[in-house]
Amino acid sequence: MIPELGNFALILAFCLSILLAVVPMVGAARGHVIWISLARPLTAGVFVFLSISLVILGYSFVTDDFSVQFVAQHSNTMLPLQYKVTAVWGGHEGSFLFWTWMLAAWMLAVSIFSKAMPEEFVARVLAVMGLICVGYTLFMLATSNPFDRVLPLPPADGADLNAALQDFAFIIHPPALYMGYVGFSVVFAFAIAALLSGRLDAAWARWCRPWANAAWAILTLGLSLGSWWAYYELGWGGWWAWDPVENPPLITWLLGAAMIHSLAATEKRGVFKSWTILLAIMAFASSLLGTFITRSGLLTSVHAFATDPTRGVYILGFLVFIIGASLLLYAIRAPSLKSEFGFGSFSREIFLLANNLILVVASAAILLGTLYPMVYQAMSDGDLISVGPPYFNTIFVPLMGILVVFMGIGPVSRWKKTSGSYLWSQLSKVALAAIVLGILIPVVLTMDVPLGTIATVTLALWVVFAMLKDLVLKVANKPTVLAGLKTLTMSYWGMQLAHFGFVMTMAGACLTSIYSIERSVLLLPGQSAELGNYTFAFEGTQPVQGPNFIADEATIRVIREGVYLRDLYPQKRLYVASGTPTTQMGIDGRFMRDLFITLGEPRENGGWSMTLYVKPFVRWIWIGTLFIAFGGIIAVTDKRYRRLKVRRTVGSEAKTVVTTTGGEQPV
Amino acid sequence: MKPHRRKKLGILIFIATGLSLAIGLSLYALSNNIDLFFTPTQVAAGEVTPGQRIRVGGMVKEGSVEHSDETLQVSFITTDYSNDVRIFYSGILPDLFREGQGIVAEGSMTPEGLFVASRVLARHDENYMSVEVKAALDAAEAQRSLVQGAY
Repeated sequence: MIPELGNFALILAFCLSILLAVVPMVGAARGHVIWISLARPLTAGVFVFLSISLVILGYSFVTDDFSVQFVAQHSNTMLPLQYKVTAVWGGHEGSFLFWTWMLAAWMLAVSIFSKAMPEEFVARVLAVMGLICVGYTLFMLATSNPFDRVLPLPPADGADLNAALQDFAFIIHPPALYMGYVGFSVVFAFAIAALLSGRLDAAWARWCRPWANAAWAILTLGLSLGSWWAYYELGWGGWWAWDPVENPPLITWLLGAAMIHSLAATEKRGVFKSWTILLAIMAFASSLLGTFITRSGLLTSVHAFATDPTRGVYILGFLVFIIGASLLLYAIRAPSLKSEFGFGSFSREIFLLANNLILVVASAAILLGTLYPMVYQAMSDGDLISVGPPYFNTIFVPLMGILVVFMGIGPVSRWKKTSGSYLWSQLSKVALAAIVLGILIPVVLTMDVPLGTIATVTLALWVVFAMLKDLVLKVANKPTVLAGLKTLTMSYWGMQLAHFGFVMTMAGACLTSIYSIERSVLLLPGQSAELGNYTFAFEGTQPVQGPNFIADEATIRVIREGVYLRDLYPQKRLYVASGTPTTQMGIDGRFMRDLFITLGEPRENGGWSMTLYVKPFVRWIWIGTLFIAFGGIIAVTDKRYRRLKVRRTVGSEAKTVVTTTGGEQPV
Repeated sequence: MKPHRRKKLGILIFIATGLSLAIGLSLYALSNNIDLFFTPTQVAAGEVTPGQRIRVGGMVKEGSVEHSDETLQVSFITTDYSNDVRIFYSGILPDLFREGQGIVAEGSMTPEGLFVASRVLARHDENYMSVEVKAALDAAEAQRSLVQGAY
């Protein structure tokens, strides 16, 4: 009975989102005040009913209601409680419900934190999101209902949750990823509402920016958690595989990064208006494409859900409809969006344009590599190919290198016009210092000329020094350093933090690729193997009993240059219900390096095969992304996004609000 | 031409050059980095050029896995139930590698006709079969029914 209530709530949410998609939209077009005012209550209704659905699905998991097919397929009586709850998003149907609920949560957030915007505009934004919600809920009801029953004979026990997903990172990775991913539909809705109302001014950009920043920052976290999970759970020693399902979120992330920069220019200078709109549409389209790739099963991937062609066809249809309609609208309305066009060939606008160009090219190249196997198969009469990581690295790494060069110049340059000689005078010493130290440090430390390391260190120092230089310039003409630092806005700090994080991630990625070493060995108890400065001594294994698995746990003593460091305990687990083996890595994570052991198979003579890794700097990748995400969130808290609200409540009708900080505005 | 028009044109040319350069480079990188997929039947028919990096996929034949006790050498037979290919690999096989399961091996043929894998992939989900393995099995199946029909 209870699951039927969940299903019923889902149907109600579907009906309410139809109303939400239609009524406020028509109201906004006709100037119908009452219809417009329905947007917020309807949004709350959709959110409430989707929440009920989600809670009921969770309840079915917790109470082991195996008459619900989705529960039977993804849970088991022995599954620990926390994984029963997270199993809600451990499979296709449930994760889609969770995804749709996330959309409703964003809608609710928009309806709450939008008091500063005109009612009619909010109505349009919510209606567009309502339309997306119609598509999602219909998709669930038509092709993948999480409340489908196995009646009259439900199985006695469930098939268990995929063993690789029974893990802490999996509790938080999908929520963060979905939240960021779905957040881009907010920005998309803002873009469509702007096209519909023809209103695309600095105020619009200011409303839009916090949402874009928030969605992007959360997506950063989601991606990073996914990479971290893959690193320590899948155990192939890597952290990014250019997998067809990892790529779409990265594409969305890159487009999102382009968009928040372009939005900055739109807000400050009224330029790149139609480009910003196009980026918002593309970012959202890429998020739908990611959904399509994950859930259609068309591409081979570790993430692919069970294959069902009707789902793929539905999502593809939805994608074509949404994107087709918004591009049509864009084609009709974009010419009327007049951008200002007054900036010199050395100006912050130009550098932002370069940033956008690089990010868009990078995402296009990744898209090409991701979809190419599909296209090739269709064109060559079924020949199957795959595009390997070398392709992506060849394209992506140099592009990011160029991006980092601009990242040093952009913040120092000025809006509208910066003279080349000004930039030269400010940055030539910075560049010189970066190059000298960038060469010196690696050469001294390694007593060699490692070109990749030199390039990495130079580029990283270049951005960090340019950043410090910019800070010094900002503070220079203030009475005291502290007073100077106080005048800097949250947006500025957010930008600096995010840039720093990006450089840290890039540096970590490059250095760990260069310096990681690994070795596969077959060891008998008592034997040891050397790798780098480390000796790994295998002491033997003993059986371990977990809540729903049995395991062999190895004890490995790690010795660094003759000094005992610590023991590591990698495990080989067998999940009883599903019979799935998994490997639990033994990891010693430090700021400068990780030691990483994966256990292979036992041999009859008591030996075990295992792979040992020493991975310097690998942690920098994830620490850097924390800075990026934190920077994005800090930027959202900037005062000027709130100032508008104050003005509005006072009753000012001023369309543009003069910011008081004066001088250079942060990006 | 008005000055701001000229500037606009300049920017457009800048973007166009950048884009075409990027597309050219992408396509070049792509042409060097695609791995073709072969079924065991295609390998048996000698369609593979030695040394070329390829993927081979099929089911792991029951009882065909041979471990060395002293080294990490392992070999097994992958099959589409029409033809077999023996695959040599040095290293640790993935968790989900099992006899009777679908796998994809990445590697190349030696001039002597042995397939040496640099990577062996197995799926992360029991019920999920890789698109490539499925295609290989289907192709072999279709071939067999065709042959049977001829008798």
